Amino acid sequence: MPDAIHAGHPVVAASDKPLEYQDPNQSVKILGFWLFLATDMLLFGCLFATYLVVRTHTDGGPTPQSIFDIPGFTLETFFLLTSSFTGGLSTLAMRNGNKKALLTWLAITIALGLAFIGFEVKEFVGDVALGATWQRSAFLSAFFTLVGTHGSHVSIGLVWMFLTLLQVAKRGITPITSRKVFVVNLYWHFLDVVWVFIFTIVYLSGRVM
Amino acid sequence: MPSSFMQFADKYLMWKEGPMIWGSDVAILLVSIGILFTLTYFHKWKWLWKEWITTVDHKKIGIMYLICALLMMFRGGADAELLRTQLAVPNNHFLTAEHYDQIFTTHGTIMILFMAMPFIFALFNIVVPLQIGARDVAFPYLNAISFWLFFFAAMLFNLSFVFGGSPDASWVSYPPLSELGFDPGPGENYYLLALQITGIGSIATGINFLATIFKMRAPGMKLMRMPLFTWSVVAASVVIIFAFPALAIAIALLTLDRIAGTHFFTILHGGNPMMFVNLFWLWGHPEVYIVVLPAFGVYSEVVATFARKRVFGYGSMVASLMLISVISYFVWAHHFFTMGAGADVNTFFAIASMMVGIPTGVKVFNWLFTMYRGRIRMTLPMLWTIAFVPCFAIGGATGVMLAAAPADYQYHNSYFLIAHFHQVLIGGTVFGLIAGMYYWWPKMFGFKLDERLGRWAFWFFNIGFYVCFMPQYALGFMGMQRRMYTYPANMGWNTLNLISTIGAYIMGIGFVFIVIQVIYSIKHGERDLTGDPWDARTLEWALPSPAPHYNFAVIPTVTDRDVWWEMKEQGRADELKPKEADIRPIHMPKNSSRPFFMGLAFFVAGFGFVFDWLWLGFLGLAGVAVCMIARALEYNDDYHIPAEEVIETEASLGRLS
Ligand code: HEM
Ligand SMILES: [Cu+2]
Repeated sequence: MPDAIHAGHPVVAASDKPLEYQDPNQSVKILGFWLFLATDMLLFGCLFATYLVVRTHTDGGPTPQSIFDIPGFTLETFFLLTSSFTGGLSTLAMRNGNKKALLTWLAITIALGLAFIGFEVKEFVGDVALGATWQRSAFLSAFFTLVGTHGSHVSIGLVWMFLTLLQVAKRGITPITSRKVFVVNLYWHFLDVVWVFIFTIVYLSGRVM
Repeated sequence: MPSSFMQFADKYLMWKEGPMIWGSDVAILLVSIGILFTLTYFHKWKWLWKEWITTVDHKKIGIMYLICALLMMFRGGADAELLRTQLAVPNNHFLTAEHYDQIFTTHGTIMILFMAMPFIFALFNIVVPLQIGARDVAFPYLNAISFWLFFFAAMLFNLSFVFGGSPDASWVSYPPLSELGFDPGPGENYYLLALQITGIGSIATGINFLATIFKMRAPGMKLMRMPLFTWSVVAASVVIIFAFPALAIAIALLTLDRIAGTHFFTILHGGNPMMFVNLFWLWGHPEVYIVVLPAFGVYSEVVATFARKRVFGYGSMVASLMLISVISYFVWAHHFFTMGAGADVNTFFAIASMMVGIPTGVKVFNWLFTMYRGRIRMTLPMLWTIAFVPCFAIGGATGVMLAAAPADYQYHNSYFLIAHFHQVLIGGTVFGLIAGMYYWWPKMFGFKLDERLGRWAFWFFNIGFYVCFMPQYALGFMGMQRRMYTYPANMGWNTLNLISTIGAYIMGIGFVFIVIQVIYSIKHGERDLTGDPWDARTLEWALPSPAPHYNFAVIPTVTDRDVWWEMKEQGRADELKPKEADIRPIHMPKNSSRPFFMGLAFFVAGFGFVFDWLWLGFLGLAGVAVCMIARALEYNDDYHIPAEEVIETEASLGRLS
């Protein structure tokens, strides 16, 4: 990079670091993204707290036992966890400088993410058909909001990953695109972690407790 | 047609509400026409667009924040005067009950979110990069977005006054009072959406400045060499990052209750209103530290500069800043000891609340020790700093009284509380903000504000302050509750209320003096040609006033705490002047109009949802999405200032060595 002193970043051209960290402009963006993830984590933390407070407030309406369907959320979990793995493989391909593999793994990750969203939509539509709408009770309000917020995060992540894929296809693996691939995958793993909490706190304990 | 127009006018223009609204309508119209006319007459549109609206320069963004904060201080202050006028005498009907509710709601919300927040962001932007020897913030484009989100959120909030009706459920907007069933008008929606939009911008600012300070310090500026103002920004940014998500969730869920018919906080269908109260104060309490910590930073800079000494106990200053930011999370329930959570919970929160006093006390003593045996110069920033000490000490003492849970059952939500929090918010935060404004004004604009007018302002404001708020402690003990729009004559409250109102007017005069001072000084203020008008200590004073848009022609190397002072002492000040041979082309971000349009799109979305016009709301959100996608695909957002141009600029400033 010729003269990467963006607004005073010290230049540390340490080539033993991964590509996305070599350019100080990119590494500061990665730090910024970690900080953003901290705020997003707190956002979900508040939603979980709300859910835990009202999850028994069903007001005579549908209960967790009556609406959570085991095969449905198991499949969702399978798709999302696998997509996180393939996302990791895309980062690995990027580190190896293999553009084709990178694009392929990104595409597979997107496909798995789409499957996850598809099954979630199906689940929500099914719930509503049973009269389990979020206007019905505080429990349902909190359930749809928590799981729906995660789902909309995944949807945004899909658009974003697709845009990243286009850029890699067009520009190849550069410091900028590699930072973008790295960051979108961080986001994706983060959503995976949140889902693990949803899976246990909402679905599993909803079925057994 | 006329009848449908009448309906529209009744519903949205509120023209049956009386002269106050008509007056405001006319005033807004006249001011808008005036602005349009002036800009057109002087051919300033292009200038405004190129130099300000599309700018990503942190110094200009800081100035825009400052101007908005001062305007909002004026609006919030006018609200305060109306409230106090209504309470001056018993059985008053200057305002109706409903109108009183709207005014205290807008007053509180504006003062905290649209005055104090932009004011601290103004100082962050103006000071931090210069103090740490950086050319910019970490994310200049995001910084512009933050500003425009704040700006359009403030517009949205203020619009409520003349279009549709103001919120009236107080700045905390507790459900179920603020639920659709009890509060149908659009006012509450305005509150929720404006806060959401400005909150997103605030989170981004917190992230931005933390990353800036961690990653962009000049070589040699170790953490323990950072100026204390910068440290206070670290502390405040950490609190922003950890607290604002709670606000976002609290108001998002309340918005869903109101717009989508969910039941988070309703009594119906199992909602739990106390959940809102907890989430709100999980943000609300840290929020008061967010606005006071930067003020603490200002006091540290001012005391060191005007006592001409190093700050006493630097390490303990840093430690106490960080401690305050951590403890601030463990006190939120002191706002509702009366919730019924039980003695153990209340005890925990009572003790935690009192513990905040310890690090704060450390700081106050350090400031005093710094002044002790210093050669103090009584400039305006120093005056406000000295006035802060006793004011904040009293506020802290009454805070400890409120933190005693059993006693709080007595004066919860009474005027005692009003007196306490104004004492810390004004005596702690506002005094600090004003001190900071005076202190860095020459750096921003290249001239000092007039001392004589400033002293008038100072004395009016300070004397007015005590006259206004001291009687309120007594009123609280005598049983007067907050948010009462009027009171009967036989309670024995009459005299104290009248005195309090007189105090509020005296403070108002003080503010008017500040306005006069600014206007007067634009023409007659002492020009600052040295860049270091106060003989100060930190790096920002090594630059000319105002600083060139790339800040440092050559990034300085830091060898000490208070580098600039050390260099002056050792006669090495010229070392910070660039040598022609060292100057390289400077990499800068390009201006962009997109942050402005993104703010506008958020405004459109917010406006749509306020009135449940969903199509407009989603149209606005689509605009936001378009802006974000365009940004994701953007590549050439930077350029280089050629070395020759930098050399020329530095030479014309007489700074080449
Ligand atoms: C000229 C100075 C000021 C005066 C005379 C003043 C006066 C008042 C009055 C009369 C009320 C309503 C009390 C009631 O009836 O419940 C009030 C409420 C409030 N004020 Fe101020 N105020 C001033 C400055 C400030 C500042 C600088 C801030 C914040 C930075 C602030 C924050 C608040 C808040 C948060 C409330 C509570 C609103 C609510 O109950 O929802 N005030 N003030
Ligand atoms: Cu508090």
